[in-house]
Amino acid sequence: MEKSADKSMEILELLAKNSRLTTDQIATMLELPEAEVERTIAELEANGTILSYRTLVNWDRVDKERVLAFIEVQVTPQREVGFEAIAERVGRYPEVKDLYLMSGAFDLAVLVEGRSMKDVANFVATKLAPLDGVKGTSTHFVLQTFKEEGVILSDGEKNRRLVVSP
Amino acid sequence: MSASGWTAKLNPTVRALKPSGIRRFFDLAAETKGIISLGVGEPDFVTPWHVREASIFALEQGYTNYTPNSGIPELRREIARYTAEFLGLEYKPESEILVSVGVSEALDLALRAVVAPGDEVLIPEPCYVSYLPCTVLAGGVPVTVSTGIEQGFRVRAADLERVITPRTKVLLLCYPNNPTGAVMPREELRAIAEVCAAHDLIVIADEIYAQLTYEGEHTCFAAQPGMRDRTILLQGFSKAFAMTGWRIGYALGNADFIGAMTKIHQYTMLCAPVIAQMAALEALRNGREEMRRMVRAFSYRRRLVVKAFADMGLPCFAPGGAFYAFPDIRSTGLSSEEFTERLIREEKVAVVPGNAFGDCGEGFIRCSYAASVEELNEAFKRMRRFVERCRVENKNKARGFA
Repeated sequence: MEKSADKSMEILELLAKNSRLTTDQIATMLELPEAEVERTIAELEANGTILSYRTLVNWDRVDKERVLAFIEVQVTPQREVGFEAIAERVGRYPEVKDLYLMSGAFDLAVLVEGRSMKDVANFVATKLAPLDGVKGTSTHFVLQTFKEEGVILSDGEKNRRLVVSP
Repeated sequence: MSASGWTAKLNPTVRALKPSGIRRFFDLAAETKGIISLGVGEPDFVTPWHVREASIFALEQGYTNYTPNSGIPELRREIARYTAEFLGLEYKPESEILVSVGVSEALDLALRAVVAPGDEVLIPEPCYVSYLPCTVLAGGVPVTVSTGIEQGFRVRAADLERVITPRTKVLLLCYPNNPTGAVMPREELRAIAEVCAAHDLIVIADEIYAQLTYEGEHTCFAAQPGMRDRTILLQGFSKAFAMTGWRIGYALGNADFIGAMTKIHQYTMLCAPVIAQMAALEALRNGREEMRRMVRAFSYRRRLVVKAFADMGLPCFAPGGAFYAFPDIRSTGLSSEEFTERLIREEKVAVVPGNAFGDCGEGFIRCSYAASVEELNEAFKRMRRFVERCRVENKNKARGFA
C-alpha cells in the first residue's frame, strides 16, 4: 500500500512537470511495468486526482489581446454553507481562471481573464459585484507576468554550457 | 616545427604531452548548428538560486579579499560536518581539510605532494583526461590498468597486484567513474584496500561524483578499514551542486598529506576564490534538498539512456553513478573517433570517443545524460538512425557492394 502510494506520487510529480511523457518513458524512468503505469494513471484520472493535461503558454509571445485581473472580493458567508455556495457560483463563470478563499482583509481572491480592461470591468460590474452576498470588490489589473506555474517567462537563463567538455 | 621556433625551448615534458583528445571534437561540434550535445561533463542545471544569491550578498558585503590558504574556517567546519554525516568520516577542519580550486587543482596538489621523480602511479583506465598528464607533470610514471565492459569497468585487486613494483607509490581511484559511470561495491573496494595496505600505497580517491550514486549508498574508499590515513579523498561542489564554473573543491586527508598540499597551494594558488567559497558554504548549509532533486532527475534519465542503448542494440552496462553511459559501439564497425565524427556530421549529436579516456576505451563512446528528457529522446532518435545506417553499410560491405 505504502509503496504503491509512493509510486503514484512519483508518477504525479513527473506528469505535473511534463505531461507529454509517454507511459513507456515513465515506466522506464521509474522501473515499473508499463501496464502498471497505465493502470495507475487511469485510477488517478478516475478518482479525480489528475484533472487535466495542459500546456503552459507564454501568451505574450502570441498576437492575442489578453488582460488578467486579480480581484479581491468581500462576501457575507451564508448560514449552513458558509463561503461554499458563493464560491461555487463565482467559479462557474468561464472568465474566472483561479479562485481561492483567503484569510485576512478579504474573502475570495479571483483571477479573471478577459480580452480587454473593459471586458473585465464589465464582468465585475454586471456579474460579480451584483451577486447576492458580495459586499464589495477591488480590482487589480496585472501589468506583466514574470513567472507562472513555477516557470520564469523571460528566457534569461540560457544553457551556457560548452558543447563538449571532459 | 612551430613557426616561431620557440618550441625547442619548451620544457620537453610539456612538449611531449598530448593535447586532450576531446579538443578536435569540441571544435567540430561547436561549429555545427542544431547540435544536441551529450558530450558535456557537467550538469544541465544552473547553480541553485540561493547559492548564487549567497555569493552576490558576499560581494555586496565586501568579500573581495584573500582568505586563509586552506579556505575560510566556516567552510572547512561545514565540510567536516558534512563529511561526518555523509561518509561517516571525521576530519579536523584546522589541519585535515584543504579547500581547492576544483578537484582538478586538488588532484594536481595531491600528486605533486606525494610523487617523487620516477615513482609509479597506478591508474585504472578508462579515466578522466587529466590523470596521466598530471602524473607526468609531477615527475611520476603512470602505470595504467585496463578495465573492460565484462568486469563492469571496475578495477580488480588482482590486476593491480600484477603491475605493482617496488617503485609503485600511488593508486589513483575514481568511483563513481568518469567516463564509464561504474561504481565499486564494498567487497571489491575492501580487496583493493588490502592490496594497498600490503604494498603500503597511498591512494588518491577522486570521489567528485560521490553524491551521484543511484543504487544504494556511495561507498567511500577512505571509509574502508585502515584506509583513512593512507587516502587523500577529493570531493567537490561541481557535480552534486551544479557548480562547475565556480571552481571549488576540497581535499581531505591526514595532516601530513594536507599540510604538504597546502604548502604547494599557498605558493601557487594562495587560496580559492572567496565568493566561490561563500557560495559553497551556502550550498552545504541549505542546498541538500535541491541536490537530492537533481540526483533524482539524473536517476530517471539514466534509466531512459540504458534502455535507449539496449533498443539500439548497443551493449551498455547500467551505470551506478555519475551521469555518463559508456555504450559499446564496436558492432557498428566504426572506431570511437569515426563514430563520434560521423555522428556529429551526419546526425548532429555530440558524444565523446571512449579512447579519449585511455586505449581500453576504444570501441566505446561516452554519453552524458545531463540533458533534458526531450533532448535525450531526440538524440536517441538520431543516434538510432545512424547506428542502423552503419549496420546496413556493414552488410553491404560484407556482400562486396561497398
